[in-house]
Amino acid sequence: MATPENKLAFEGGWEYSPAPESTDHIKVAKKYDLFIGGDFVKPESGKYFATVNPATEERLSRVALAGDADVAKAVKAARKAYNGPWSRMKPADRGKYIYRIARIIQERAREFAAIESLDGGKPIREARDVDVPLAAAHFFYYAGWADKLEYAFPGRSVKPMGVAGQIIPWNFPLLMAAWKVAPALACGNTVVLKPAETTPLTAMKLAEVIADAGLPEGVVNVVTGAGDTGASIVSHPGVDKIAFTGSTEVGRIIQKALAGSRKKYTLELGGKAANVIFEDAAMDQAVEGIVNGIFFNQGHVCCAGSRLFVQESVAEQVIRKLKDRMETLIVGDPLDKNTDIGAINSKAQLEKIESYLEIGKQEGGDMYQSSCPVPDKGYWCRPTIFTGVSQSNRVVQEEIFGPVLAIQTFRTFDEAVSKANNTPYGLSGGIWTDKGAKIFRMTQSVRAGVVWANTFNKFDPTSPFGGYKESGVGREGGLHGLDAYLELEA
Amino acid sequence: MAAKAERSKERVAVAKTYKIYIDGKFPRTESGRYFTLEDDNGSVIANVCRGSRKDFRNATVAARKAQPGWAGANAYLRGQILYRIAEMLEGRREQFIAELQLQGVARRAAREEVDMSVDRLIYFAGWADKYQQVFSAVNPVASSHFNFSVLEPTGVVSIIAPADSGLLGLISNVAPAIVGGNTCVVLASEAMPLSAVSLAEVLHASDVPAGVVNILTGLRSELTEHFASHMDVNAIVFCDGARKTARTVQELASANIKRVIARADVDWTRESAQHPYLIRDTQEVKTTWHPIGR
Repeated sequence: MATPENKLAFEGGWEYSPAPESTDHIKVAKKYDLFIGGDFVKPESGKYFATVNPATEERLSRVALAGDADVAKAVKAARKAYNGPWSRMKPADRGKYIYRIARIIQERAREFAAIESLDGGKPIREARDVDVPLAAAHFFYYAGWADKLEYAFPGRSVKPMGVAGQIIPWNFPLLMAAWKVAPALACGNTVVLKPAETTPLTAMKLAEVIADAGLPEGVVNVVTGAGDTGASIVSHPGVDKIAFTGSTEVGRIIQKALAGSRKKYTLELGGKAANVIFEDAAMDQAVEGIVNGIFFNQGHVCCAGSRLFVQESVAEQVIRKLKDRMETLIVGDPLDKNTDIGAINSKAQLEKIESYLEIGKQEGGDMYQSSCPVPDKGYWCRPTIFTGVSQSNRVVQEEIFGPVLAIQTFRTFDEAVSKANNTPYGLSGGIWTDKGAKIFRMTQSVRAGVVWANTFNKFDPTSPFGGYKESGVGREGGLHGLDAYLELEA
Repeated sequence: MAAKAERSKERVAVAKTYKIYIDGKFPRTESGRYFTLEDDNGSVIANVCRGSRKDFRNATVAARKAQPGWAGANAYLRGQILYRIAEMLEGRREQFIAELQLQGVARRAAREEVDMSVDRLIYFAGWADKYQQVFSAVNPVASSHFNFSVLEPTGVVSIIAPADSGLLGLISNVAPAIVGGNTCVVLASEAMPLSAVSLAEVLHASDVPAGVVNILTGLRSELTEHFASHMDVNAIVFCDGARKTARTVQELASANIKRVIARADVDWTRESAQHPYLIRDTQEVKTTWHPIGR
């Protein structure tokens, strides 16, 4: 066991030379129109808004602002495509189109990764190794389901829902688009997609891919804008299904707005996952798991392991190791391949995170941040932990959506469970132990849709994802994710 | 006159040597024997390898060697490789149509068979990461255990491919075996062996690891018993209608309790001929018990 005297010498004098990803191979237009009915069309209002690189605060491009009239146009195009070719097409042929999308994303993977990093601030390493390959894999997986749906729901016959309105967040822009679009298309629906206002570029690139793949016009429509555009989709009477990923706050508004309508909905909302470390865990792996759980993607992860529970007997050791490890994390240029923590997605989000840091301190928590230098321009937050906090603290209860970890301790298994479940959220959880029996007991006890054992933040197209309680309704991914886009009939 | 002039300028075609496919290589049969394929007019199309017992044994060794690695490849990768086979076959449509015609299939039927073969590969590619989700189960045992059953490939599968469907029939039986992580040794249709050999070239260009699919040509009357009796083959897929042969195969298979999958009289051109139970046929069910506690 490592003691303070012989701790791993992370800081052994190594310096990293810059390893920036080049951007000369990517194409970002100065201006993006809406993608409706297979064409790029100007917004009725003529208005555009800027999308900014959060690492430099410089404008990357201008994107059309879709209003009610544009949304109506998109829904109409989607309806036409649904009634026309798409819902009548041979399912295997639908699959072939979706396979094409998967293949083109694979071919253009490097471009997508660079743009994702530029527009959203995430480290290029994560965009390259996680977001983009997973997005392609999602299309590949659901393409295969298109002509196999009858095997997913024995005893029922399946039918598409119609036009799906899909509203996605800014933390995994392309990947969330894939999570939404791929199953919707495989099940025979058509789509009106709205990317987040701070990260619209890869959705527009996806529109290019969809056009290149030769999908019938109107099968996928992309409208850009902020909350008002989303609200317009939600309230449009021509939409049959709403799929939303975002905050619980907005999810509540959407559920309320849909009350009394015939629209179906799935909601992937916030989280405050417990990551539970037992004393018999492999400690160095657990520490890596904690780091991955909360600092992956700047903590902009709805399933982030933002509440850490450590068994008392090992708490001191774990926290020390964690601090040592945090000290090695590089915060900075997202396009640098050595960067561990990129830019906070927007100024507004940085302000929100910083306000929580103040709240945490005011409530009596002990805040610790690594000493990593951060660039002058751009939006940055060092990896942060709070110790000395309790269940009632706001930094323990509320979703911060940043690289901020609240640490508490426990003595017994039952105490860990009751603390882990003391939250309105129920998206995910983590457990670290060498005992298999304890893992299964824990997964049974934690009220959450995904539980990672001796790992964290793993995603796969075959694996369902979604929350209990106020973390949402429905599942995305895997066989169970098909349910969200089908009517089941006798 | 113009036509005649054209003809005189016609180049002399180069005939292809049809060889067998073992362990990612294209050897001739070790036996040095051949059988002749003739067209309707009695002209020779090709001298085809008349594979031997020794060829089959070599192929089985290759299949066994390749099996753990192939089964260990993740489902997504296996799916992508099957999809790649489809892509490669699509690019060679004209060659395969011409070859089927050479073996007596009408142009239109040949085109349909090639198109369906591509689509069937894509169909099974799609199952790679799904059949497990459809056929596996978590079993609610009464004790405090987490109990689950998953499918695992049975191992090496020998396949006597359909006699009457040189390309589509072969693909319809090979794809479900390999998508599930098995490796296989295939005996091509005796009357239509050319498509099988050309398919081997497609497989060879599709990132399919050596030994995963091995394809022999030869005489059924001579080789079937070896396909059925080999002690290091776990299952035999047997597409032959003859009752007498079926009985022999089943008897020989009993030597090492081979799984016998009889698929006689299937019309492989029908959409209903493709389903995931073809995958399950060459899978074992493995159940794991794990305690739940503190």
